[in-house]
Amino acid sequence: MLSLGIDIGSLTAKGVLLEGTDIVEKHLIPVGYNSKKAGEKLLDELLQKAGIKREDIGKIVSTGYGRNSIDFADRAVTEIICHGKGIHFQMPHIRTIIDIGGQDSKVIVLDKSGNVANFVMNDKCAAGTGRFLDVMARAMETEIHEFGVLSLQSKNPSKISSVCTVFAESEIISLVAKGENREDITSGIHLSIARRIASMVKRLGMIPPVAMSGGVALNVGLVDALEQILDTKIETTPFSQYSGALGAALLGQGA
Amino acid sequence: MAGRLKATKKMKSIMKWYYVEAKYARYLGKKVAWITSGGPVEPLIAMNIIPVYPENHGAMIGASKMGGKMSEFAEGLGYSSDVCSYTKNDITSSITKESPIKGGLPEPDMLICSNNICGTVLKWYEIQARKFNVPLFIYDTPFVHTEFTEEARAYVNAQTEEYIKFLEKHTGKKFNYKKMKRVGKLSLEAMRLWKKVLETAEHKPSPMTAFDAFFHLALIVTLRGKKVVVKYYRQLLKELEERNKNNIGAVDNEQYRLLWDNLPIWFRMRWLSEKFASHGAALVADTYTQAWCGVIDYVNEEDFLSTMGEAYTRIHLNVGVDQMADTIKKFIRQYDVDGLVMHSNRSCKPYSFGQYDIQNLLQDEDIPVLMIEADMTDERKFSESQAEARIDAFMEVIKQRKREKK
Repeated sequence: MLSLGIDIGSLTAKGVLLEGTDIVEKHLIPVGYNSKKAGEKLLDELLQKAGIKREDIGKIVSTGYGRNSIDFADRAVTEIICHGKGIHFQMPHIRTIIDIGGQDSKVIVLDKSGNVANFVMNDKCAAGTGRFLDVMARAMETEIHEFGVLSLQSKNPSKISSVCTVFAESEIISLVAKGENREDITSGIHLSIARRIASMVKRLGMIPPVAMSGGVALNVGLVDALEQILDTKIETTPFSQYSGALGAALLGQGA
Repeated sequence: MAGRLKATKKMKSIMKWYYVEAKYARYLGKKVAWITSGGPVEPLIAMNIIPVYPENHGAMIGASKMGGKMSEFAEGLGYSSDVCSYTKNDITSSITKESPIKGGLPEPDMLICSNNICGTVLKWYEIQARKFNVPLFIYDTPFVHTEFTEEARAYVNAQTEEYIKFLEKHTGKKFNYKKMKRVGKLSLEAMRLWKKVLETAEHKPSPMTAFDAFFHLALIVTLRGKKVVVKYYRQLLKELEERNKNNIGAVDNEQYRLLWDNLPIWFRMRWLSEKFASHGAALVADTYTQAWCGVIDYVNEEDFLSTMGEAYTRIHLNVGVDQMADTIKKFIRQYDVDGLVMHSNRSCKPYSFGQYDIQNLLQDEDIPVLMIEADMTDERKFSESQAEARIDAFMEVIKQRKREKK
C-alpha cells in the first residue's frame, strides 16, 4: 500500500510517498501564507512527479504546524511523534533528537524501541528557532545555505550575548561596524543558538547517540557548534529535512 | 455527556447577590474591605464588614476576555508589562470603571493585604490606599522555607491582635469574639467540605474536572465563614457523590487523568477543557483550588483566632519548592494521574518561578510534564497554535506510554 506523509511547517511543506518501507518519491515546496493551499499544491505536484493518481494512495497522514489544515489527510499527528518515527527509521540507534523548526525547536528523547519517552519545546520566545537563523543570515547578507560553511572557517568566534532575536540582530550590526569578520560573527551566532538549544537538551537529560532532524541539520556550522557545546557527536542524514514527513508516512503504513 | 453541574445555577445566584450587597453596602450601613485572596477574611465577617476580592474580580475580567485591553491601559500609565495582570486589571478598572460588574467594584472603606500569596500585593494595595485614601492593614507572613518557627508564630499572632485593633478603630465597634467563634467554625467546615468536593475526583471516572473546581472555588475564596458557603458545598458534594454512584464522568469516556499546576488561564477555559476532553483526558485535580483546604490541620476549631496565623502563613505559595513538590507528589498518587500540566504563568511569579525545579524533583515519579506558557488573564501572552502543538504532542506521548504499560 502507498502512504503519504505531509509535513506542513511554517516555512516549507514536505511530502514523502512510501510503499511499505521504500521511499517512492519526495517533494518540497515553500508554504507561503496559506498552508491549506500549500498542502493541495504539494499533493498535486507529488502525484505528477510519481506518476500516480490520488486513489492510488491508501493513507495520508499530516504533521507539522499546518497539520490540521490538511482536510484530505486521514489523520493528523504532531511533529514530535513523526520526527521520532522518521529518525528512528533512518538511524535506529539514536536516543536524542534535536529539531530546529521555523517557529519552534524541540528536543525529543526516544526509548530503546524508538518510542517518544519525553520531549521539550522552546518557550514562547523565537530565540533558538530557525527564525533566529533566518534573521541573522539576512543581517549578514548571506544566503542561509552558505551560512554554515562560512562559520566553519572562523578561528576566533565573536561573542554574542543577547538571546533575543531582535537584540542579537543589533548586536551583530554593531559587530560588523566594529570590523569583526564575517566568519567569526557567523560562528558566534551559531554558538549562541547552540547554547540555547543545549539548555533544553540538559533540561530533558541527554541520552547519546544524538541526531539532528529537520532542515537546519543541513547547516554544518550549527551542527559543529552543537557538538562543541554538548561535547558529543551529532549525527545527521541527507534526508533530515524530510524526517517529519517520513515519520508521518510510516504511521500511514501502520508503523 | 454529564452536562453541567446543577449546582452551578445556585452558585451564580449566590455570587450575584453577594456583589449586589457589596455594591449597596453604604445603604445597608455596612463597610467594604478589599482583601487579597489569601488574606484572613474571618475577622471581617465577624465584624459584619463585606469582603471584596480584587483578585476574584480580576479572574472575572479574564474570563470575560477583557484582560489584555486592561493590561494595555495600565501599561500606558507606566506599569511594566511584567507586572501581574490582576494588579493591572484592578488598577485599570478602578480608574475606567470597566468591568463585567456594572460600574466595577464597590469602593473600599479599608484595605486588608496579606503577602502570603506574593509580594506584588504590597505595592498594589499601597497604590489603591493612596488612590481611595483609605486605611491599609498589612498582614505580613514570613516565608516558610522549611519549617514554621515559634518566632514566626509569635510574629503572626501579634499581627492578629493588631488586625483586631485596626478593625475596631475603623468601624468604631468592639470586636465580636463570640461571633468570631461561630465564623471560625463555619470557615473550617467550609474548607473541610471543599476538600471533600475535590476528593470526589479520586473516583474513576472523575465527576468533575479542574475547570469545574476553578469555577466553584469562588465561594470558598470570597465568603468562607458564612453559612451560605457550607450549605452550597453540601449541595455540590451531594451532586458529585451522586455522579460517582452512577459512574458519570465529567469527561466522556475518560481515559487519561491529568494534574494541573498554577492558576487557570481564565480566558481560555472552554478551549482548554474541550482540547483535553477531545483526547479523552480529564484534569482531575489542581494545586490551585487545593490551596484553600491545604491548611485545615493547622487550625484549631475551638480557637480559630490564635491559630489562623499559622494556617495563613503555611499556604501553598508561601512554602519552599521542596514542600510544593511533595504536595504535587501526593496528588499524583491520590488522584492516580498520568501526567502533569504546568501553566507557566507570566503574571504569577511565586507560582511559576520554581516550576523547573519542581520538574527536577519529580523525576523519580516518571511522569510526563507539559509546560504551557500563558497568563491568567492577559490574552496577549497566549499563542493558541503553540499551546495546541504542545498539548497534542504531550497527549500522544501519554497515550503511547499507557499503551505500553498495558
